[in-house]
Amino acid sequence: MSFDILIVGIGGQGTILTSNIIGRACVIEGVSVRGAETHGMAQRGGSVETQIRIGQEFGPLIAPGTADLIISFDLMEAVRSCHYIGEKGKILTAREYVIPTSVFMQDYPPPDEHMLISGLGDRDVKIIDARRLAEEAGSILTQNIVLLGAASSCIPLRESSLLEAIRLTVPKKTVEINLKAFELGKNASICI
Amino acid sequence: MDVLYLLGNEAIAHGCLEAALDTAFGYPGTPSSEVIDTLRTRQESQPYVEWSVNEKVAYEQALASSWCGMRSIVTMKHVGLNVAADPLMTSAYTGVKGGFVLLTADDPFAHSSQNEQDSRCYAAFARIPCLDPSSVQEAHDMVRDAFALSEEFSLPVLFRPTTRICHSKSDVSLGPVLVSERKAVFEKDPSQYVVIPAHTRVLHKKLNEKQPALRRRLVELGYNRCIVRSKIAVITGGVASAYVQEVLADSVSIMQIGAYPIDEQWLGDFVRSHDTIMVIEELAPVIEEVVRQVSGDIQVFGKKSGHVPYEGELSLERVSAYLVSAQIPVKKEYPKPLSPAALPVRPPILCAGCMHRTAMYAIKKVFRDGIFPSDIGCYTLGLQLGVVDTTICMGASITIASGMAQAGEERDIVCTIGDSTFLHTGIQGLLNAVYNDACITVVILDNRVTAMTGHQPNPTTGITASGVQIPAVSLEMLCRSCGVRFVETISPSDLVQFIGVLKEAKAQPGVKVVIAKQPCVITERRARVNRGKYAVSNTTCIGCKACVKFGCPAIELQGGLAYITDLCSGCGACAQICPVAAISREADE
Repeated sequence: MSFDILIVGIGGQGTILTSNIIGRACVIEGVSVRGAETHGMAQRGGSVETQIRIGQEFGPLIAPGTADLIISFDLMEAVRSCHYIGEKGKILTAREYVIPTSVFMQDYPPPDEHMLISGLGDRDVKIIDARRLAEEAGSILTQNIVLLGAASSCIPLRESSLLEAIRLTVPKKTVEINLKAFELGKNASICI
Repeated sequence: MDVLYLLGNEAIAHGCLEAALDTAFGYPGTPSSEVIDTLRTRQESQPYVEWSVNEKVAYEQALASSWCGMRSIVTMKHVGLNVAADPLMTSAYTGVKGGFVLLTADDPFAHSSQNEQDSRCYAAFARIPCLDPSSVQEAHDMVRDAFALSEEFSLPVLFRPTTRICHSKSDVSLGPVLVSERKAVFEKDPSQYVVIPAHTRVLHKKLNEKQPALRRRLVELGYNRCIVRSKIAVITGGVASAYVQEVLADSVSIMQIGAYPIDEQWLGDFVRSHDTIMVIEELAPVIEEVVRQVSGDIQVFGKKSGHVPYEGELSLERVSAYLVSAQIPVKKEYPKPLSPAALPVRPPILCAGCMHRTAMYAIKKVFRDGIFPSDIGCYTLGLQLGVVDTTICMGASITIASGMAQAGEERDIVCTIGDSTFLHTGIQGLLNAVYNDACITVVILDNRVTAMTGHQPNPTTGITASGVQIPAVSLEMLCRSCGVRFVETISPSDLVQFIGVLKEAKAQPGVKVVIAKQPCVITERRARVNRGKYAVSNTTCIGCKACVKFGCPAIELQGGLAYITDLCSGCGACAQICPVAAISREADE
C-alpha cells in the first residue's frame, strides 16, 4: 500500500516543484515512488494536477475515492478534485481562489467562498491562509511550500528529508525563504 | 549506481547517453519534447543534438547518421510519425548500420493531441521491432539496450512510451554515461541505399526473413514474459501492465508484453495452457489480435468482446472494473467515485499579454463574417475567442483555407498559423495557394519560438538547440519568394495599425500574408522585459465588459466594474479596446 497524494492548482502555481520535493525526499529515504504530471498545453492557466504515490512500485495514477491527502493551491480546485479523497484522507487547501476567466466572459455568477467550502462537504479539511504566510516568509511565490509545510505532519516522510529535498530543489537564492515558508506552514493555524 | 527522481523523458535521455549516443534529432511534440530538451541542455560534452524543422527532416537525418555508423535517435509525438511515415516505411527495407531508435510518444486520452493513434500499428506496418515500456525504469533500460538490438537486426527500433511514461516520475537507477568513440563513415552500397525496383524487391524479402529470429530474440531479452499460476490468465502490455499488476489477484496467471512482434509459438503455448484469457491494453487491440489467432476454442475477453474500450487511457479503477466484468479475481475493487462538483470549468487559456489574443481580436473585428481555419499551437486556444473554425494537423490551416476558397466558399477566409508550424509544413501550402491563385489571408502568428511544447528554439529564434547563435530566418522573404505580393510584418501590440493592415489585406485579391510579429510573453518575462501594469479607473469605467469579453486572464469583474489583477503583463491591448479610455498604465496616472 502506498501513501497517495494529489496536488492540485492552476498552471504556473508550482504543483510540479512541490511533487519534485516529495519525490526527492523519497529517494533520500530509499522509498520507491511514482508520480504523474500535467505538461504541455494544459499548463496554460488551466486546472492542473500532480499525483505522487509514496512507497508505490507499480503505476503513477491514483484512483478516485482513494487518495490519502490532497494539497490544493486554490480553494476552487480543492472542490473540483475532492472526489479523489479516500474515506480517511485529509484535504489541505489554500483559502484563496482564482475565478476562471470564462466566468467573466460568459457572465456566470462567480462562486463565493462559503459555497466553495460547503462544496468540500464533511471531509477532513484544513484551510490555510497560504498567501499571507508566504508574504510573511518573503515571497508570495512560496505558497506551495507553505502548504507542503502544513501537510508535512501527515506525509510519511521525515521532516529532515523534506527540508533537504527543498534545499536541493528550489533555486539557490530562494532556499532561506522557502525553508521559512515551510516552517510557517508547519505551524499554521486553521484559518476557517 | 545513482538513484534519482526523474521524469520519464529525462530517464530516457539518460538511457541514450548510457548507450553512447552520437546524434539526436527531433521536432517538439507533447509528450516527447523533454528527451531532446534534456540532451541539449546538458553541461558536459554531448552528442550532436538538433531541433529539426519537422519530423520527416529529423527522421531522414537520423537515418543518414545511422548509415554512417553512428548511434542515432529521432524523437517526435505519435502524429509526427505520420509526417515521417515516408522514410519510415522504406528505411525498414534499407536497414540501418549504427543503432537507430525512433522514439514516438503516444498520447492515450489525447491529453495534448489531435488524435489517439497507436504507434504499435506503424511498427507492425513497417515490420520493425517496437518496444513498449511499462514503467519509467523500464523505459530507461529499454532505450539503453535498443541501440544494440537495432544493430543486431539492422532495423530501426520503434520505441513507444506513452504520456503516462513520458510525464511520469519515479526513482530510477542510472548507469554511467558512456562517451562514443565512433567516427562517421558512409560506406557506399547502392544495393542497400538506392531503392530502385530491382534493389527494393530483394530488400523487402530480406526484411521479411528477419522476422522469425526477431520474434524469438524479444522473448530471450525478457521484454515479453509470463508467470503461470492457474487456468485463468491476463495478458497485458505497456503502461497498462502497471495497473494490472496492482489490481490483479495473485492467483491469476499474467503475461506482460513489452516488445513486438510477439512470438506466436511462445504466446500459443501460454494461451493453450489456460481456459480463460483476458487481454488488457490501451488503444488498438494489437496484442488481442495475435492472441485470438492462437487461442482456438479458448475464451478470450478484451476489446472485441466489448469488455475493454478501444479509446482513452486505462487506470486502476477501470482495469479493476474490466477484470470484474469478465469474472477475473482482483485484489481490489474501487467504489464508484462521486461525480466531481459542478463548477465553472478552468480550461487552458492564452496567457495574460499573449499577442495571439490581440491578433485574433483584430481578425474577428475586421473579418466579422469570415471563416477561420487554424493550426496547432498555443493559438488553437483562440477557439475560446471564436477565431478557430478548423484544426486538423500541422500546417493544415493554409491548405484548408485555400481548399475552401477553391471550392467556391464566398466569405473571407483568414487562417492563422504559428511560426514553427509555418516552417514545419506551412510553406508548401502557401506556395501551392499562390501557384493556384487562391484568394485567402494568411496571418502568421510569429512569436519567435515553439511556445506550446516548452519554448524550444526554431529558425525564427536565431539560436540552435545547443545554444549557438545563427541568423534568424526571414519569414517575410520566405513568403515573398513563394510569390506572395502582399506581405506585411507588424506587431499586433499596436491594435489600430494592425487592424489597418488587415483591412488592406481584405481589400486585395489573391494570397495575402500578414506576419503578426511579437515575442512570446513568457520569453519576454524570462528576459525580464517589464512594461509595467495597467489599471482601471473606477470613476471612468462604465462596466460595459468590452475588456472582460476580450478574455485576458488578468481582467476580472469586481462589483460590476473591470479590475486588472497582478497577472497583467502590460501589453496595453485592453486600454486600446476600452471605449471610454478608463484603462491606463499605472505609472501614467
